[in-house]
Amino acid sequence: MPTNEHEHVIEVTDLRRVYGGGFEAVRGIDFSVRRGEVFALLGTNGAGKTSTVELLEGLAAPAGGRVRVLGHDPYTERAAVRPRTGVMLQEGGFPSELTVAETARMWAGCVSGARPPAEVLALVGLEAKTGTRVKQLSGGQRRRLDLALALLGEPEVLFLDEPSTGLDAEGRRDTWELVSGLREAGTTVLLTTHYLEEAENLADRLAIMHEGRIAATGTPAEVTAAQPSHISFELPTGYFVGDLPPLAELGVSDHDTDGRTVRLRTRELQRAATGLLVWAGQAGVELRRLDVRSASLEEAFLSIAREVSARADAPTTKKEYAA
Amino acid sequence: MSPTDAPARGKRPATSATTTPTGRMTALARAELTLLGRNKGTVFAALFVPLVLPFSVRAGAKEMDLAGAGLTTGTLVLPAAIGFSLLFAVYSALVGVFVVRREELVLKRLRTGELRDVEILGGSALPAVLSGLVQCLLLAVGCAALLDLSAPSAPHLAVVGLLLGLVLCAALAAVTASFTRTGESAQVTPLPFLFVSMAGSGLFFPLEMMPDRLASVCELLPLTPVITLVRGAWTGDLSAYESLGAVLTAVAWTVLAVFAVRRWFRWEPRH
Repeated sequence: MPTNEHEHVIEVTDLRRVYGGGFEAVRGIDFSVRRGEVFALLGTNGAGKTSTVELLEGLAAPAGGRVRVLGHDPYTERAAVRPRTGVMLQEGGFPSELTVAETARMWAGCVSGARPPAEVLALVGLEAKTGTRVKQLSGGQRRRLDLALALLGEPEVLFLDEPSTGLDAEGRRDTWELVSGLREAGTTVLLTTHYLEEAENLADRLAIMHEGRIAATGTPAEVTAAQPSHISFELPTGYFVGDLPPLAELGVSDHDTDGRTVRLRTRELQRAATGLLVWAGQAGVELRRLDVRSASLEEAFLSIAREVSARADAPTTKKEYAA
Repeated sequence: MSPTDAPARGKRPATSATTTPTGRMTALARAELTLLGRNKGTVFAALFVPLVLPFSVRAGAKEMDLAGAGLTTGTLVLPAAIGFSLLFAVYSALVGVFVVRREELVLKRLRTGELRDVEILGGSALPAVLSGLVQCLLLAVGCAALLDLSAPSAPHLAVVGLLLGLVLCAALAAVTASFTRTGESAQVTPLPFLFVSMAGSGLFFPLEMMPDRLASVCELLPLTPVITLVRGAWTGDLSAYESLGAVLTAVAWTVLAVFAVRRWFRWEPRH
């Protein structure tokens, strides 16, 4: 049915989480994930990603707001949700003295419709490690074991909390391929990551979290488009910012200076760059260290962090402007 | 979910059907049994201590006027031996199991799956509970053979007492684990209950030989009704009223323990 494809399998409304000490880790967030979509929660450490995912997994009750996974409350209606979800926690969760095969067999006994353990272990490349104790696995191998077990029940919805942290470049690529394959098979995936590349590669849509709130959300292209492009260069000797053509007319939204370096932000990169280069050509000066850069997800990510730190040390910034 | 979703979940048919509570707990208990066998410290404490301590009870018995209290060496030593088994093989061992699994984030991981909370605790506890049960049966057979103990005159009391003791000790272990932060502190936190039980629940000193006032307080300790029921099974001089009182005391402690676990048990380490 076509309606099914647009069905929201995860719905989050004004979600809040407060820890025992009063720390508000999640401060009222909203988002939804459609069936078959890969959704990434992006953010720095401490942004509230894991706190959010744990609420979706039903490990804790929210302090406020609402979570629905496959139409149910994952905390109070555990039995209805769990057989249809797979979870990879951020770390660990396996007895260190069990072997890989024993761990997988134990999980298989607890998962409805479990695939043969050997099959999922082969899927993540652990088939040669079945007799190894968990404590002897490398960090990356443990991540892959965790991923394998999350896939045991062929879940409709998969939660992956930093699936590639601790993996080497090759392991990371393998994980990405696996997740892409799952999406093709129709699995809905919610993953957290602090690798921008990972979100850009895998996610149909993403949300950037910062200090417990969603600072930006949309497709990677949409989030990027919301960000200004950048031009930076060194002012030629003897010139001041006031000597530049009127910046607003070039489509520059704002600028700052750091010593002799000038940074312009604009949403009309071509117009601003053209205006600047025409001026330089006519004035016969060379703009050293010229850097013209269109908006990227990294830029979006950094600017969100920068906005906050700018608020924190506002006086310094003002001084810079005065200089 | 509509049937049209099915193809999206993979083409191969599922290899195993929906899980059941029994199936899930069996899978968990099997893994936990493997782990029990690999932990030499726990194996030693659980198997060796309960088999050795009864000898010290027997040695102490020489100083006591057993006949005056209507007891024999057998009816003194066997209930004590069963008490030690419950305390060391079940209670202490399980405090360690619960705390270490929490530290390893195993409990948290299990809670992301289909297991219900009670199944996680029950399945993890099962191997220790079974090892305690087997030990108690061996001890009963051993005492019968070595201490000239006849068959119990009220065997149903022994069965009820032992089952209550196993459930109670497992539940109290979860309570103790609620207030234990690390695997190291799990070596210490069980001690208060061990000492109180050994001193006051009739393990070393039968309540029959205590001053009445002290005995009436000790009757209310968690493990006392278990020892009383087991001892009564062999002596046969426990009235229906006394038996009921003991059963109710043990049940009350179990209910209290279950409430405490629901209220205070922590599934993840503190951050």
